[in-house]
Amino acid sequence: MRKFKEFIIEKLILSCGLASIFFVGVIFFFLLKEGLALFQFIKPISFLLGRNWYPISEPAQLGIFPLILGSLLVTLGAAVISIPIGVACALYISEIAPGKLKEVLKAGIELLAAIPSVVLGFIGMITLVPWVKNIFHLPTGLTALTGSIMLAFMAMPTIVSIAEDALYSVPKSYKEGALAMGATHWQTIWRVMLPAASSGILAAVMLGIGRVIGETMAVMMITGNSAVMPKMIPFGFVQSVRTLTATIAAEMGEAVVGSEHYFALFAIGIVLFIISFAINVTADLFLHREKTRL
Amino acid sequence: MVKFSINNLDIWFGSIQALKNVSIQISANEILSVIGPANSGKTTFLRMLNRLNELQPNFRMQGGIYLSGKDIMKIEAESLRRNVGTVFALPLPLPLSVFDNITYGVRIHGVRNRVELAEIVERSLKQAYLWEEVKDRLNTSAFKLSGGQQQRLCIARTLALSPEVILFDEPCSGLDPISTTRIEEAMLKLKEKYTIILVTNNVKQAARVGDKTAFFLSGELIEMDRTEKIFTTPSDKRTDGYIQGKFG
Repeated sequence: MRKFKEFIIEKLILSCGLASIFFVGVIFFFLLKEGLALFQFIKPISFLLGRNWYPISEPAQLGIFPLILGSLLVTLGAAVISIPIGVACALYISEIAPGKLKEVLKAGIELLAAIPSVVLGFIGMITLVPWVKNIFHLPTGLTALTGSIMLAFMAMPTIVSIAEDALYSVPKSYKEGALAMGATHWQTIWRVMLPAASSGILAAVMLGIGRVIGETMAVMMITGNSAVMPKMIPFGFVQSVRTLTATIAAEMGEAVVGSEHYFALFAIGIVLFIISFAINVTADLFLHREKTRL
Repeated sequence: MVKFSINNLDIWFGSIQALKNVSIQISANEILSVIGPANSGKTTFLRMLNRLNELQPNFRMQGGIYLSGKDIMKIEAESLRRNVGTVFALPLPLPLSVFDNITYGVRIHGVRNRVELAEIVERSLKQAYLWEEVKDRLNTSAFKLSGGQQQRLCIARTLALSPEVILFDEPCSGLDPISTTRIEEAMLKLKEKYTIILVTNNVKQAARVGDKTAFFLSGELIEMDRTEKIFTTPSDKRTDGYIQGKFG
């Protein structure tokens, strides 16, 4: 009887495990099937590098290059803002902040992670958009920069908490070794703690970026959604852009099932999938490297 | 000449008292062995001498510690730690080359000249009895060295800073007998120039290298005397018991 119970529980857990793999497989299959169907109408190269996205003109022009650039631009901006602040914040929490403040800060960061992205988008729309508009004297405040700033807030909790973990797991003896040689606190942080935690911090950065590139709601609300080629950096930042994710979210509802437009949106999904997969794999490599080294 | 003078030292971590009214004079150019069972306060005592204890939360102390007559709490921690070097139980080279491991500390303190650095590396490796073994591979990673060599590298790294005092915190606990002998030889040679304080769990090692030996038990200094006396006719019977291996 007991053995039978063990058997049932074991199989139950096994089937749960298999189910998750099965669903991922099905989703992947569906995405590929619908997305790859596009390429009977249009060549992959002119899909990826085409400069015009006019999905409902006749004939439809389905070039997603401006969307890719839009995504990259917003992500780059968010990374530039969130990485230094996030890593500095992690350093402060793990190395400098006294006990009580540390707890408060950690709780605060977790709270930041709990804010739904639509709320961030909403707050951005009300406060940040007019501010950006006035500072740069723009016709509209719905720009890539606005999106970058808001997304930096979304990436920050991920970066801070994972980087803080990485710093925390640096063996205490490293730190004591450096201090015992007469290094100051800052020298210890800069020359010992940061290099020792570097792979974990890189992983934190990659995961933060992964979160930004896959984000939809906030960017759709505040980047302006114009699918045109962004200008060169830095001018591209103060211009409306549209990202890959926002395109899918905004247009899926009105695309005719089975049309080129419909397939193109799935193909965008594949592109996004490849990008975030690459980012996650890179992050994993860094995390893994850290584990094997220590 | 008295190097370190410790007067009525009490140390607490939170509500736990780690050292109780310890007074001790440490002479220059001698090796003081510190022995005692686990939790006797010997490591706390050692870490007090370069102020590493104060990194712990809830640390509190009373009493005075004087290095060459100066109150160490009034010396800047960084310059104190430069003068009072530490060799830890586990060899802990940095993930750098042999050369860079040794010059790391001096560079932090502003020495940049290549020639000067090379001289420092040679001098400190020779003092740590490691020069002959590594002189042809100064640019290989420190992790390629054996455990005993890594520990001597750590000694050389400490010596590179030209300290006055070197603290050894169970430096041979992870090493084989041959490496242990090497390190003991190095210590005996080093005491001509430096003052050495050796915390060890190996009573025989204390007897082999120590000029004086201090016995700690439950945070108290039971007695300190010339090593021969401690090991032949100790004044306290608890000391005798520990040395004989009746408890530990």
